Amino acid sequence: MKTNDVILQFTAKIVFFIIFFFSIHIFMAGHYTPGGGFVGGLLTSSAIVLLVLAFDLKTVRTVLPFNYTYLTATGLLLALSTAAFPMFLGEPFFTHFFDYFDLPLLGKQSLHTAMLFDGGVYLVVVGVTMTIIQTIGEDE
Amino acid sequence: MRMNNFLLLPIIIPFFFGMILMFGQKNLKYQRTFALLGIGLALVSAIALLIKVKNDGIQKVTFGDWPVPYGITMVSDMVSALLVTTTLLITLFVVWYGFGSITKERERFFYYPGIMFILTGVNGAFTTGDIFNLFVFFEVLLMSSYLLIVLGGEKQQLMGSIKYILINVISSALFVITVAFLYSVVGTLNMADIAVKIGEIDQPGIVTVIAVLFLMVFGLKAAIFPLYFWLPTSYAAAPIPVLTLFGALLTKVGIYAITRTYTLFFVYDLSYTHDLLMALAIATIIAGCIGALAYFDVKLIIIYNIVIAVGVILFGVSQMNETALKGAMFYLIHDMLIKAALFMLIGIVIYITGTSDLRKMGGLMKKYPALGWFYLIAAFGLAGIPPLSGFVGKLLIVQGGFEAGSMWSSIFILASSLLVLLSVIRIFLYAFWGEEKETKGTVDKKVYTTLFVPTVLLVLITVAYGVGTEWLTPFMDDAAKLLNDPSIYIDAVMKED
Repeated sequence: MKTNDVILQFTAKIVFFIIFFFSIHIFMAGHYTPGGGFVGGLLTSSAIVLLVLAFDLKTVRTVLPFNYTYLTATGLLLALSTAAFPMFLGEPFFTHFFDYFDLPLLGKQSLHTAMLFDGGVYLVVVGVTMTIIQTIGEDE
Repeated sequence: MRMNNFLLLPIIIPFFFGMILMFGQKNLKYQRTFALLGIGLALVSAIALLIKVKNDGIQKVTFGDWPVPYGITMVSDMVSALLVTTTLLITLFVVWYGFGSITKERERFFYYPGIMFILTGVNGAFTTGDIFNLFVFFEVLLMSSYLLIVLGGEKQQLMGSIKYILINVISSALFVITVAFLYSVVGTLNMADIAVKIGEIDQPGIVTVIAVLFLMVFGLKAAIFPLYFWLPTSYAAAPIPVLTLFGALLTKVGIYAITRTYTLFFVYDLSYTHDLLMALAIATIIAGCIGALAYFDVKLIIIYNIVIAVGVILFGVSQMNETALKGAMFYLIHDMLIKAALFMLIGIVIYITGTSDLRKMGGLMKKYPALGWFYLIAAFGLAGIPPLSGFVGKLLIVQGGFEAGSMWSSIFILASSLLVLLSVIRIFLYAFWGEEKETKGTVDKKVYTTLFVPTVLLVLITVAYGVGTEWLTPFMDDAAKLLNDPSIYIDAVMKED
């Protein structure tokens, strides 16, 4: 029997973007308040999972053609290189740098190298969660 | 100038190579070359680090430039530098050996990244100076070991790995609980700082409770009596190179953790904690000997010999004097090398005969004399026949035992060597002597060479380790001094840059 899930599919398309943008917000908020790469990554993967529920794995894979293993590896590389590059400056591993910048539209903002590390965490979390879900989901 | 980051290289290099090996998982040539390259580079850096630690003393770096008890400190002293170097050396040979032994499907499915990440975890655990960070590195190595043990998905593997995963999840939970308990008492996680605070708070009762909890946690990983029950069946399920890696490295991380905590933190109630450790060490040896003599499965015989060695090393640690600790260090490194060599040797035997049952083997000496003699050398080395590698360690452990007044238990350790010898000579008698029996599969000459060359090199290294004791003694002296006198470690970590 073919189920009629027009409403689910239509809502999922919109809600996906709401969750996704919220995850970016949470990721950015992680600077000074609760949030960060880990929660952001989980939220993003939950948004993708919603799409998987509403459609199916194959469709979602054509829409988001990422190799999640590579995504995880890229995230790890980003995190490691952020942590490791102070070594080349003679500072201890994991030393972070920050400064204040006047950005167009946003005004005076602080930019941290810690955010790059967090970006790595974000990618790893999305990559790992989606790998797990895809692997279990494929197993009929 | 804080260029002490150097001590991180043996951890970071395998980590980095693990990441880049996650790309291109189907390209075997790329996987193999880069795996060897990564381990080789890490080994070079580890040897350089070893020399640096020998010349300049303990190296440390605190992440993110935080002041010492607050940041995460990584400390490379003689003990950890020696262990890190040995770990990488063994892995180099195991990976090489794996080219002939591990199946292509496994190689294409993250086998090499798994090895790289396990190295990250093992080296990190040896190097870290922060007790919670130790937990983190334990998790890193456990996660990768879950991958390696289950990779391939044969029935026996699945049965072994479910036990393995379950036991480790439980022990990890207990680990966090124990660390939290310790933190609630001393209020710090930096290992040097903990050692200082434990001396200051004067709460022997609760500290002893924590000591016993730690012994349980690490004992589960190190496979001491009565917590070794999971080890034989889980390890036996893994393919030979993985088994070699686990047998040579993983229990040793547990031993290292017990050694570190029992020589750094829990040195105030020796009559309870260290006597308990001694009693358990002896029980471990007995249990291991029974297992090693009871089975006809070559894998299980050597696996039970891991358990025996755990007992011997921890007996040395429990004596808590410089001689016994030096012996424990000698024996620890010896055991890592010789166990790897033995597992690789029996791997070849299994490859040739197609079975791991001793009763179905026989007469290999005729066709493979070199293999037979090298096996005999390794077996003698394991039992500690001079001048081979096990001798000095055991001698010093027993000598330390006499110095500490543990007369009978020391004699028992000596006697156990005979049982060890008997258990491994049984393999020699059954597999190499006697009537030639029909073997199953055909032996590919090329594969045989790939297996044989790294194994022989490793056996020769163990021989060199035994013969070259004289040159190694200064390193071991440093390590034993440091274990015997916690203030050396504490001062090196707590001092300002």
